[in-house]
Formats: sequence, structure tokens, C-alpha cells
Amino acid sequence: MTTETKLAKKDFVSDQDVRWCPGCGDYAILSQVQKVLPELGVARENFVFISGIGCSSRFPYYVNTYGFHTIHGRAPAIATGLKATRPELSVWVVTGDGDALSIGGNHLIHVLRRNLDVNILLFNNKIYGLTKGQYSPTSEVGKVTKSTPIGSVDHPFDPIALALGAEASFVARSVDVDAKHLQETIRRAHEHKGSSFVEILQNCNVFNDGAFNDVTDKATKADATLVLEHGKPLLFGKNHDRGIRLRNFQPEVVQLGNGVTEADLLVHDEHNPALAYLIARLGPPRFPTPIGVFTAVERPCYEDALNAQVVAAKAKAPTDLTALLNRGDTWTVS
Amino acid sequence: MPDGVAIPRKPVESRDSVVIRFAGDSGDGMQVTGMQFTSESALAGNDIATLPDFPAEIRAPAGTLAGVSAFQLNFSSSEVFTPGDDLDVLVAMNPAALKVNLGDLKTGGILIVDREGFNEQNLKKADYEKNPLEDGSLDRYQLFQADVTKLTTAALKDLGLSARSVFRCRNFFCLGMTSWLYHRPMEPAEAWLRDRFKKTPDIVEANLRALRAGYNFAENAELFAVSYQVTPARIAPGRYRNITGNTATALGYVCAARRAGRPLFLGSYPITPASDVLHELSGLKQFDVFTFQAEDEIAGIGAALGAAFGGAIAITTTSGPGMNLKAETVGLALAVELPLIITDIQRAGPSTGMPTKTEQADLLMAMYGRHGEAPVPILAAATPADCFAMAYEAVRIAVKYMTPVILLTDGYLANGAEPWLVPDPATLPDVPVTFRTDAQGFFPYLRDEETLSRPWVVPGTPGLEHRIGGLEHENITGNVSYAPANHEQMIRVRARKIAGIAREIPPLQVFGPPDGDLLVVGWGSTYGAITQGVRELQAAGHRVAQVHLRHLNPLPPDLGGILTRYRRVLVPEMNLGQLVRLLRAEYLVDAIGFNKVQGRPFKVSEITTRCLKLLNGRGREGAAA
Repeated sequence: MTTETKLAKKDFVSDQDVRWCPGCGDYAILSQVQKVLPELGVARENFVFISGIGCSSRFPYYVNTYGFHTIHGRAPAIATGLKATRPELSVWVVTGDGDALSIGGNHLIHVLRRNLDVNILLFNNKIYGLTKGQYSPTSEVGKVTKSTPIGSVDHPFDPIALALGAEASFVARSVDVDAKHLQETIRRAHEHKGSSFVEILQNCNVFNDGAFNDVTDKATKADATLVLEHGKPLLFGKNHDRGIRLRNFQPEVVQLGNGVTEADLLVHDEHNPALAYLIARLGPPRFPTPIGVFTAVERPCYEDALNAQVVAAKAKAPTDLTALLNRGDTWTVS
Repeated sequence: MPDGVAIPRKPVESRDSVVIRFAGDSGDGMQVTGMQFTSESALAGNDIATLPDFPAEIRAPAGTLAGVSAFQLNFSSSEVFTPGDDLDVLVAMNPAALKVNLGDLKTGGILIVDREGFNEQNLKKADYEKNPLEDGSLDRYQLFQADVTKLTTAALKDLGLSARSVFRCRNFFCLGMTSWLYHRPMEPAEAWLRDRFKKTPDIVEANLRALRAGYNFAENAELFAVSYQVTPARIAPGRYRNITGNTATALGYVCAARRAGRPLFLGSYPITPASDVLHELSGLKQFDVFTFQAEDEIAGIGAALGAAFGGAIAITTTSGPGMNLKAETVGLALAVELPLIITDIQRAGPSTGMPTKTEQADLLMAMYGRHGEAPVPILAAATPADCFAMAYEAVRIAVKYMTPVILLTDGYLANGAEPWLVPDPATLPDVPVTFRTDAQGFFPYLRDEETLSRPWVVPGTPGLEHRIGGLEHENITGNVSYAPANHEQMIRVRARKIAGIAREIPPLQVFGPPDGDLLVVGWGSTYGAITQGVRELQAAGHRVAQVHLRHLNPLPPDLGGILTRYRRVLVPEMNLGQLVRLLRAEYLVDAIGFNKVQGRPFKVSEITTRCLKLLNGRGREGAAA
């Protein structure tokens, strides 16, 4: 397998049986990733998929690239060491809402802060699947699960807002069953130089079925999602006649017409993280769920800066081990 | 002075070895003074060993007992193994320093104090009701009171420095005094000052003046009646430098990675007493060294494991609390069989414990501190300079056997220093690293017949794409497997791989008779005190021998036989009996523990006293505490 060979989806299918529950949203995500990978112009041997623990983290076993199924929450840390020393590799982290936001929250925010050029796919199903149905840090208050029989009292956080707060340079959201949008988002994540954070709304049909029905069902989708496009006004709805307007620094949903025009609406700008944060706060029940690229800004990558220091040090300082060992005061005994 | 020839005007006495401690407030520069006196003593040709002792607080309130910082040095005309038990000389800059350290000064020992430091305010902070310089409580010592502050101020008076800057030169006045007292050449201290403060020439000048003023004061004043000579020690020829354990550890890793021809990656989170290895390595990027200060201990080792996956020589450094956090990743590294070196620079625990104090109570954690059957090779350095050799050896074993390796040092080794015969890098052992690139017949867990190691294949190698992970996997293929027989086979093969390292361990050196009444078995930093103690007992005619372990898992293959050749086996440890437990379990030997957990190393006298008790047929009660 070399770079010259034309790759196809089948080249990224491993010989392992996929063992997610029938009907799991993970199948669709796996399929879209396998479709996009051959189109990225990267030799197969240069892809590395690193995961933590959870249903989503089985992902690397099914992709015929280099893969590392690690321990709970630590995939970003392991990816950091790999990318820092092997910047030429295309490194992907596959994680879930429990793995990335609970046990691995610290590593997630720090990899985003450092802006290593890795792509993080967070499958958010708002539930713990592998441990069979406990609430997760993205589950809504009141959620009845095995560990919260009379409802969860935990306030959830929003993965997008968290990533923006950690100063991620690329933040996007997509949906497991929206094949085209997901493929495009994965492609954008790859193309972005720096940490790319993609939240993928993923249905767990066993423990949290229908969590995202409003954004996936044909009947409600258009009214329930706000598709973000750079430079375009924030429009949504079946007839593209509703939009988001800012009034007294508060967003509101407005109906076009009666003097309200597209010119009154907020215009999406991927290069404005403050706007991205405002949009990240939108969502049900008062607002549609935004999907698409919230922000994409350029910022130096950790591994580039680190490697530049090593290169500069090599050019500047002597690399003679004898001199190193004899540093400082020495004396000779004869 | 006729013809410019220095004629000692006071009598000179000879000493075989001297133990001196500089003690003061943490702002008094006692560490610098001690280190400069060490450099001077090395140049004078003495064998030396040092022990810094500083408070955990960066700047505890000035003058308080909590803020006392000290530096101890043993210099000798014969071989030195420890910084010394009791002090021949104590330099105390204030009452707190006196109070904390006086108990270690020998009766009749030299006590040098800054008289002005014993003012009412400082006496109160040290809880002295009466001034000990005046109440006769110091009568059994040779007390020398110098007006250090006044004399330093006078020597610096025309330099126009602030009172504070002048005050900070007092330590060099003391260095000058002690340099005269023991005939130390002051050139190393002068050279250090010129280099350290090259951007502030007035500070160089001030300290040089203070240094010479102290020297001249000691020579001329009526204070000291005699001075002392400690003749050079007989030391193996070659080029030496003074080296701390942490520096030696860092250099060992750099040299091993260079010999392997791979980049060195350190993932680490700052922790006392390990941070100096991070500091040292972060300044050595020109040697293809990548340092990553992680967000936590787990990320430190996680990043290192990621770098190992990518083909780097990957290490992490920490102390006990960090070891707890790294345990899960060590387990992952041994399950996926990637090389990784974990350095535990032990400190007094449990919990936060005493971060700046030493202990060796992490052995059983290194041995067993992971869930499941999770064997890891364990090495332990015996002296500060030995950290170099053991760090190097840790890398060699890790890459040869594709396994995480734990290297144990401790706070005493980390900050202690000794002269090191600098090796020629060309003579260091090979560290062969080969990445598999041949796709023909490749399986991720296909093992080398001799070592049982799996191939190291780095991402980016065409045709060898594969997945590894912490789930149990099939031998050879690496496919996830829950098959009962396979699980047992994998557990046994991983254990056999680590046990097999024993064939590489060189024969143990037994110091002393090949059989006899007592064998003292040690590991880690107790080496110095045990060696000195056993030598003294041997000189007194006892049939005592010593063996010191640097490989703790697997244990050296010849150890079992050696243990049977002595009537008694004593295992001194700075814990409640960890190695002794392993030895009793492994060899069914009735080894006796000798345990001290005070955050301080054994004294030689403690070792000899305990041994004598056993030799006299007593003291059996301490067995396996």
C-alpha cells in the first residue's frame, strides 16, 4: 500500500466483526469515516486512530489503519505524545460523552488548548452505553436511568461550549445519520490545521433511543436544526423563513416578513469565536440545534512549536555527548 | 608576609575525614555555600558525598524553625560512602538553624555562628528564652562567634550596594572562613561567582570580597587557633565531576536514546523531588529531546506511551503520589507491550507525606501496584552517580523486551551528589532498536523466541497497519479474545518474558567473605550507609558480607544461593520491610528486617549497632516487621 495507489472505502475496512448493537448510530459514523478517508490524500499507513473506553472507543478495531484502543479518558494524552513526536501522521481521536467529558475531561480541554493538529470525533449519545445505561455528563436534568431511578440532578454541559471555552481552533457539530453533512464535517476537520473538535449526535437505540429525534426525523428536522454556513445569515425552517436575531445581546427567533428581513439576522462567521459561543448556547426548547462548523480559526500548533525548538536547538548548541557529560566543574585525578 | 610566600601562622592539624553542615534560613544561600564548598573539596582531591536538606516551603517565614535550610558534606582522604552521621562542624546563621541542627553535632565539634543573627527577634522565632550563646548551654562544643554581618558590611562598604544585597553576601563570608579552616582552594567558588552573576559585575565583586574577607578574618583573627588538613583521597584516575542523582538520571536517558538513535520523549508533571529531571531534560533539546509538561500525572505517562507507539524512547518521571496515578497506564503499556520507562523518585509517604524527605517505601507498589497479573521489571539505583547507569539500563531493557520498566531512585539520591568518573560515551552498552518493516508473515504479537518480545512496528510503516489495545488479545494475531485458555497463556507468556530478563543480570558482587555469620542485603540509597557499616565491622574482624540489589524484578538468579551461605540475613530499608518480604517469600529465607522511616537515611552507626546485636545473638525480634 503506497501513497500512489488509489484508495477506496474497502481499504479502510478491517477484518474484525463490528460488534455494536444492531441499529447503533456508530455504524453510520464508521461508514462515513471509511468513505472520507480514501479521499483525503493521506497514505493509509499514516492514519492513526486512538480511542479511550466506551462503545465509541471500539472504533479503531474496525478501521484498517494503525489503531490504539487505550484506557478510559486518556486518548487525547496518548495522541498528544504520538503527534508531538510524529507530526507527519494523521492522528484521530474517537471518544464518547463519558470518555471525553467525564473521566477524560482534563485531557480534552488541554489537547484543545495546546492545539495539537489532531481530529477529535466525540460521539454524543447522552448516555453510558457500554456500562449499560447510566446518565452521562450530557444527559439532561431529570433523566431517569439505572443510576438515577428518580431522575438525574446533575446539570449537563454542552460539548461545543466546553470546546470553545478550551479555545479549540475548530469546533463543529454533525449528526450520525446525516451522511452528507457528516462527511463534509469530517473532511473539514481533517483539513483544519490544529485541534479539530467534532461533536457527532449519535443515537443509542438501546439505552437512549430517540434522544435526537427532533434533528433526525424528516418531519421535524428543518424546524429543529440550524445549519451553520460561513457568511450566511442564521436561517432555518422548512421554508427558510425563520432566523436568529440579536436584541440587547440576547438571541431570539424571528419570523421573516412584516418588516423583518434577512438583513436583520445574525450572519455566521467561523472566524469569530465570540459569535460561536453565542450560537453554541442555542438549542431546544427555545431554539433549533445548530449544526455545522461553529468556529475555524488559525493558531500555532503545539507540535510545530515543539519541533521548531528542537530543530533550533540542534542548529545552535553542540550535540556532543562527551561535552554534555563533562559539563560544569570537572577535575582530573591522575 | 615576607617574599609574598604564605606561611601558615597557626598550627595545622591533620584530619582523615570531616563532616560539615551549613545551616541557615532558606534565604541565606546555604545550598549555594554547601555546593561551592563541595567543589572546593573535590578540587582538593578529597572523596566526597553530600546531602542537601531544605524545607518544603519555598520561603517559610524568615528566621523560623520551618524555614531552616541545610547542606551537609562529608569530605575525606579515604573512600566516602555517605554524607556522614554526626557533624564535626556546624555553621549556623541564626538561632533556628542552631536549634534544628545542634543535636547532630559531635561533642567537642566546631560550631560557627553569626553572633548578630542571635538577636532578640530571631531568638524568639526559634523559641529560645535565653540566648544560647550566653547561657553556657553550648559549653561542650568549640563555639566560634563571628560578627558575620558586620564584617561583611565593612568589607563591602564602598560598593554602594543596598543593605539587602550586602546581607546576601554573608554566606560567602562563611564560605571564606571555612575554606581557610580546611585549606580549601577558592578558585572554583570564584569561577562560579563570575559565571553566575556575569550580568551584574558589582554582585560578583561583592561576593568575591566577602569570600576573601571571610578567609582573611579566619586567618588573622584570634578566633581559630588551628586549621585542618584533609589530604587527597586515593581515587581511580580519570576525569571527574560532581553529580546529583537527578542529573545523572537525565543524562542516562539522553545517552541511551542517543545510542538507540531515537528521539527521547519525556512526559511529566512537576512533582518534588522529581522536577529537576524535567528541568534538566528540557534544556537538552539539541540531543533530540522532547519534553512535555503535561496537565497531570496521567497525561504525562499517557503522552509518553503515545510517543513510544510512534517509536521514541519514552520516559516519564514522578514521585510516589504520581505513581499512584500512573498505575493504569503502566498496565496498558505492559498489555500492549510497548517500551516505556517510569522513574519513581521516592519520597516519604503516604499521601502528600513529606515531599522533600526521602524514603524507599514504593517497592511493593512498583512490584504489585496494578490490577491483574501485571509484572514489570524494576531497577533501583544505589548512589547518585549510579542513577546514570540504571537509567541507561532501564532503556536498554525496555526496548529489548518491549515492556514498561520502573526505575526507583529516591529523594536522597536525587539531591545528593558524589564525584562521578565521567564515562566515555563510546564505551556505553549498545541499545539496539529495530522497527519491523517486513509485512511478510507479520503479526503484532509474534514473539522473538529468546526474549519473547513482540515486534515494534511504528505507524507510518506501509502494509503493517494493525490495532493494539488493552483488551485481552490473542497471542500472535493480537485480535481481541476472551478465550479462557488464551487469557491464561497470555498471562503466563507476559510473566515468562519478564522473568527471562534474569538471564541478563550480571553476577552479584559480594563484598566480604563468601560465607559467614551475617549477610546484609540492601537496595537503593541505603548502599552508602550499609557499605560503610559493613566495612567497619569487617575491619573489626566480623564475618559480615554485603550484597546490594540493583535489579529487584526479576531478582538476580544467583541471589538465592548467596542467601544460604550466611547464618543470618539482615535487610535494612527505609520502609517497614518490603524487600525483606519479597526475599522471605521468594527464597523461604529467615531474613530479618531493619527498618527506619524518619525521612532521613540510615546512619552508619545505626547499621553497625544493629549488625552487632545480631552477631551477638540478640535482636532477632525485628524479623519481618
